[in-house]
Amino acid sequence: MVDFGFGLVPSSRINLDLFDKERYEELASMEPDVRKCMSCGSCTAVCTAGKYSATSLREAIECIHNGQPDKALGMLKSCQFCGKCTMVCPRGINTRHLILSINKTYGEL
Amino acid sequence: MTPLSYILTAQAAEVAQAAPEVIDRIPSGYNHFVIPFCIGIAFFLIWITVGCIRLLLKIPHHDRLRFWASLVNPVTALKNIRDLFFDCLFHVKIWKRKPLLGYMHSAIAFGWFMLIVLGHIEVALFVPKRLGISKTALFYPIFYRFFVWMNPGHTTLRGWVFFFLMDFFLLYVLTGISLAVFKRFRSLALGMKHTTKPSFADRVALYSLWLIFPLRLLAESFTADLSGGSFLTIPVNHLWHFIFGDKLWIMPSWWLYSICLGLFFAAMPFSRYMHILTEVLWILLRNAGIKPNHPRKGVAEAEIYACSSCGLCLDACPMNVQKKNLKYSSVYFIRFLRRHNEKKINEIADKCLMCDKCHALCPVGVDAPALRRAQRATVNNSICFDYSYLDSASAAVEQGWTSPGPDCRPAEGEDSTPEVMYFAGCMSHLTPRIIKSVEKVFKAAGVSYVFADEGGGICCGRPLMLAGRNEAAAKTIAANKKMIEGSGCKTLVLSCPICFKVFKEEYHLEGIKVLHYTQFFNELIASGRLKPVMGQERLVYHDPCELGRGCNVYYEPRAALSQLGTLVKASKEYDESLCCGGSLGSLTLDARDRAKISEAAVISLVANKPDKIVTACPLCLKTFSESVANSSYPVDPVRVVDFAEAISESL
Repeated sequence: MVDFGFGLVPSSRINLDLFDKERYEELASMEPDVRKCMSCGSCTAVCTAGKYSATSLREAIECIHNGQPDKALGMLKSCQFCGKCTMVCPRGINTRHLILSINKTYGEL
Repeated sequence: MTPLSYILTAQAAEVAQAAPEVIDRIPSGYNHFVIPFCIGIAFFLIWITVGCIRLLLKIPHHDRLRFWASLVNPVTALKNIRDLFFDCLFHVKIWKRKPLLGYMHSAIAFGWFMLIVLGHIEVALFVPKRLGISKTALFYPIFYRFFVWMNPGHTTLRGWVFFFLMDFFLLYVLTGISLAVFKRFRSLALGMKHTTKPSFADRVALYSLWLIFPLRLLAESFTADLSGGSFLTIPVNHLWHFIFGDKLWIMPSWWLYSICLGLFFAAMPFSRYMHILTEVLWILLRNAGIKPNHPRKGVAEAEIYACSSCGLCLDACPMNVQKKNLKYSSVYFIRFLRRHNEKKINEIADKCLMCDKCHALCPVGVDAPALRRAQRATVNNSICFDYSYLDSASAAVEQGWTSPGPDCRPAEGEDSTPEVMYFAGCMSHLTPRIIKSVEKVFKAAGVSYVFADEGGGICCGRPLMLAGRNEAAAKTIAANKKMIEGSGCKTLVLSCPICFKVFKEEYHLEGIKVLHYTQFFNELIASGRLKPVMGQERLVYHDPCELGRGCNVYYEPRAALSQLGTLVKASKEYDESLCCGGSLGSLTLDARDRAKISEAAVISLVANKPDKIVTACPLCLKTFSESVANSSYPVDPVRVVDFAEAISESL
């Protein structure tokens, strides 16, 4: 093994093989807006629950793409559904329904 | 005339006088033609009896007790009688909005009711043996005119009155029916842009209903020279004799009349006309104060069967600015609930804006938004959540994430407590101009206040409830309640109608007055503490759904605004006002559809060319501001301001 002088931390390793395309399509058919996200983070910036607990819709969507749905669900568990993220989203994403849909699609894992 | 013949005639007249007024023409009191009617009505009666028993068994025990108690309680009993006459028979609510439509409905409902009641009274008075426990009681009063022969030599005033009344109400119903037929083809003339698409059973019942009364006129006019009649049936009888001579088709006409009645009653349980009776049950349950907790079972069953599918909610729904959204209207939601079509039910339940307009305009007060919320709960209530951080909110304070909780008790060395506690809510924090204006007004009026969520708070719980996540909502409600009750405040002022509704209805804050800032500022103006300067501007006020229909606050904001400038009318206001389109109620409506709704709402608001649109909700403020700024539709320059902003600008 060649030593490059640095290595990957196992815990933050992303395994794209774990990305479940079928389930993602199921999510997208339930809430097509998931494809609109450009990861700007406005939702996370205004999040009411984010003040108290790690809550981030932006990160949750990233996690799903990275094949870590459990991490995504954990990120949304504290959501209070107040809708501030919908108000600020520059892409007009229906964030509340997206959160519900992520819960419904990946919830039974 | 010879003396003899004179005596004979006089004798005959005497005999006639002595004979009874009404004679049973058919001694058995039965004819085969009544069979179709009997089958139809028997099926219907069994269906409704079984249905009522099932429903009463299904509702929780304490609700059932409450229901029986409400029937004997004189206050609710009086209200029941009033509502039954006004809502079921006269349709006062429809009269008020669309007089022609109201006339149509009350003509059919009240007219038919009177025909049935008078028919039974007539039998009770003239042929009492046919009523009661007699075998003929089911059909005899309905076909009374077929079975009797009227003694022409002996008709009392009493008889004439009944003849007249029966003909009068038949004509009354016929005018209603002809309006109904006309409406089916030209609904706009009666004030309805959209009407409900009838289902198959609806069509069967509808066409038989249309035919029942013309056939009744035909049948009764054919027999009018035997069984008597009045201003309608007698002339029509003469007309038939003039056209057909002495050969009238009495039997076929009575057969047809009976078949139509039978068909109508047989189709009734599966059609919209079931509301005729279930409406009564729903009004009784509603007045007993029983609320549905499931979208389909128990009380909800009475509620969904009370829907008359009249379609008034179609024109009411703000979503229906786009024709493709018609299918999400409450009338179809209830239709699919009846059919147990789970997929469609969920789709429709999630789309709704929860603006409550269909409920406000419903002639029988069917609370469809509440049913939609209950439906959402069946799906979303179980979604897992973790709000444990709320319990350790104090830890958050220590870590410097948020400001310490408010304290309304007098500080050491001071002897006065702050007058109010102001809770802005999450949405107002995204539109800080509201907060700034509210604070400015407080200062101008010399109101001492504590700003509860200055450093940001948690959600009020209403958005969770709207999504059907009641258990999660209870958690945030409990946390907020603890914070407010712990502060010792006496008056709580809110600037967001979404928060206001849930604080008023779900928090049960003992000894704390909960006010929306429109109410509080109006009080300040009325008591002279706030003196706004009258301006030249034309203002229009938008009723936010949660404030107007949701909490019945219509008067206060208008009273305050009329002190600032000329208040002009919107084309739709008060309980008819349109949702801004930004509502948190809808789960699945996308941004483009929402924009269309905002557009319609703005167009309604600018009908009388105002300079400013004033609203009292951060969500409406944001939605309207965007809609006016990017308007691709023609709208004169107009500023969108918040209520607090309008007040603070005029100080």
